[in-house]
Amino acid sequence: MLSRTADHLFWMARYTERAENTARMLDVNIQTSMLPQSAEDAERGWRAMLGISELQSAFDHQYGLLTKKDVLDFMVRDPMNPSSIASCLKEARENARAVRGTLTTEVWETQNATWLDMQERLSDTILENDPSQFFEWVKYRSHLSRGVTLGTMLKDEAVHFIRLGTFIERADNTARILDVKFHGAKESGRGNDSLQRDFYYWAALLRSVSGFEIYRKVYRDVITPERVAELLMLRGDMPRSLLACMDEVVANLKEVRNDVSADTERFAGKLHAELQFARIEEILAEGLHDNLTRFLENIFDLGNRVSRDFLVPLAA
Amino acid sequence: MAKFFNEMHAYDAAVNGGAGGELTREHYREFCNWLAQQPAERLKRKRAEADLSFRRVGITFAVYGDDAGTERLIPFDIIPRIIHAGEWAQLQKGLAQRVQALNMFIHDIYHDQNIIKAGIIPAEQIYKNAQYRPEMQGISVASDIYAHIAGVDIVRAGEGEFYVLEDNLRVPSGVSYMLEDRKMMMRLFPELFARNKIAPVDHYPDMLLDNLRSVAPMGVDNPTVVVMTPGMYNSAYFEHAFLAQQMGVELVEGKDLFVNDNAVFMRTTRGPKRVDVIYRRIDDDFLDPLAFRPDSSLGVPGLLSVYRAGRVTLANAIGTGVADDKSIYPFVPDMVRFYLTEEPILNNVPTYQCRKPDDLSYTLANLGDLVVKEVHGAGGYGMLVGPASTKAQIEDFRQRLLAKPDGYIAQPTLALSACPTFVESGIAPRHIDLRPFVLSGKTISMVPGGLTRVALQEGSLVVNSSQGGGTKDTWILEN
Repeated sequence: MLSRTADHLFWMARYTERAENTARMLDVNIQTSMLPQSAEDAERGWRAMLGISELQSAFDHQYGLLTKKDVLDFMVRDPMNPSSIASCLKEARENARAVRGTLTTEVWETQNATWLDMQERLSDTILENDPSQFFEWVKYRSHLSRGVTLGTMLKDEAVHFIRLGTFIERADNTARILDVKFHGAKESGRGNDSLQRDFYYWAALLRSVSGFEIYRKVYRDVITPERVAELLMLRGDMPRSLLACMDEVVANLKEVRNDVSADTERFAGKLHAELQFARIEEILAEGLHDNLTRFLENIFDLGNRVSRDFLVPLAA
Repeated sequence: MAKFFNEMHAYDAAVNGGAGGELTREHYREFCNWLAQQPAERLKRKRAEADLSFRRVGITFAVYGDDAGTERLIPFDIIPRIIHAGEWAQLQKGLAQRVQALNMFIHDIYHDQNIIKAGIIPAEQIYKNAQYRPEMQGISVASDIYAHIAGVDIVRAGEGEFYVLEDNLRVPSGVSYMLEDRKMMMRLFPELFARNKIAPVDHYPDMLLDNLRSVAPMGVDNPTVVVMTPGMYNSAYFEHAFLAQQMGVELVEGKDLFVNDNAVFMRTTRGPKRVDVIYRRIDDDFLDPLAFRPDSSLGVPGLLSVYRAGRVTLANAIGTGVADDKSIYPFVPDMVRFYLTEEPILNNVPTYQCRKPDDLSYTLANLGDLVVKEVHGAGGYGMLVGPASTKAQIEDFRQRLLAKPDGYIAQPTLALSACPTFVESGIAPRHIDLRPFVLSGKTISMVPGGLTRVALQEGSLVVNSSQGGGTKDTWILEN
């Protein structure tokens, strides 16, 4: 496969996944903002959204005062924000268009239709009146995109690069959500508060990664921050956990292996093994934030290594 | 009485009890019966469905001059253009003959130049032609084929009376619309395909791949074929991607290729891979910055040297443009006679070469009745349609002609045939042309039909998509 083609496929998948994750984060914040909470906590929640994506300064530069409406606008439809859902879906579609011949007609049409429908939805008042419905739609389109990829495409390099993009992006996003939410909990003094309040906080986090029902199934017990962290980091059977993402990354890397990629495989393998053999108690003892920060650095590094080994065309 | 040949209806003085009127042509009868039974609402719904579907599938073209990335739909008309088998057989023979002669001509002028020596074409017409590539002189190309894909524009003036307007031998577009229009018609009106024996066209990509493989460089048994595009902002990008996908080959850009060790390679995730045949949809000028335009970032440095060594095939070959230039066009019938010793089956439009003093003065005296075209123009730009022009436009062209007579040709305004078409006011005749796609390799082949383009403006003769033209499905009815 052409390196350039692989690059477009990789980024098509990353942008689709990123749009989905942004929708998840925003939706859970909408949900929590409906619970009784202080104005300070509410603002902290919205600020955290910007922090997760490292967009605080870009937002401040453009908007100044922080309101829920502005954060939503900025994160959903602002074309100036390269990480807004609209920008991500547009980028995903542009990347797909560049390699539309490599995709099955179904995959291409899914990307194109998502982009077309998005413009209609955003020109509507849906974001003001029923943002959750919009976020549901984004998630659904992302599910569809993954499903139609697995359901129609030959399991060749194209699919492996798409999967690599999806899971590198997802690992990054899950780590960010977890980090910011733990951080936020500490700041608002959670943990000493009432058990009931805590429940809603952690339940919202779990819901943002479709983990609420899974948590119940796995632990059959009350929700504790430690277990939430364990579920999202170390449970290989939880589809959005760091370990599950690394399982996929390692497997797909192996499939596309070339003459120069051994080092990258080793790097990914170590990252995978650390999660596979870690215990949550050790991670918490070391400090969750430090651990996740290191993981994010490593994932970033891994993305660059994949680019260098496969995607950026090598000179003769 | 209609002034133009109407594809669907003939004028008959005997109908309506001798009052005269329209009579549906034999090969349109089945379709017209069907059309008469269709509620207007259904047809309207189907048209909307077609638009939506084209948009969803992204069957679009980019327009030069617009912001990069602006995509438009080419209007699709649901009334097909129908040609009966007898006429198609004649067209097919004529096309094969013409394209064969053109290929022989290109080979000749880059080798022995017998046609110049025989005094049929003046040498300066070749050497001064901007499309003539001295780099090709004496170079052998696989099977001596230059125009592997030709898109010949044909118009009809009367029953069995076809004229060639242009031989597009460089990078002719539109074949994807031919295929997509058919797919759309089959989807919208499957019942029509049960009622009419319509010759299929879907095997075109298969034929193209076979053709491209057959012209691989000597000694390559299992050639790697690629399609080369200028990129996704090119107006025909959809077609490039479509053809690559349908043939199952890579769609490459210049930056994906490089030359090493006298061969062309593409950069893949597993390292360099040798490329043998390049179906390039990019003009000569941009192919190799070392040989042609140095500012081209679309091409591959060193490509020409590999090509000249016979280690890669380019389709179409470099330098084919010399044969489809409007200043060479008047000589094509002579080429047929010279190379094949046959009489041409397809007509040329009578053409005044403004480089000749007599032709120039005739043209200047009759500007209001003629179509004047720039010799190197394309896409419907840089032309004057006399009868449809204002005095000021005619005066403007008069000055241009006087300043640079050898830059122009003139032709009588042809009575292009018209085909009933859906327009705002209902169904009305609109002028059409036909672009069949002729493949040359070890043999000459084509699928039955081609792309029918339609001028949607009332009275307009300009069918180019960049000028607001639309397309129709083209049916060759089997007997």
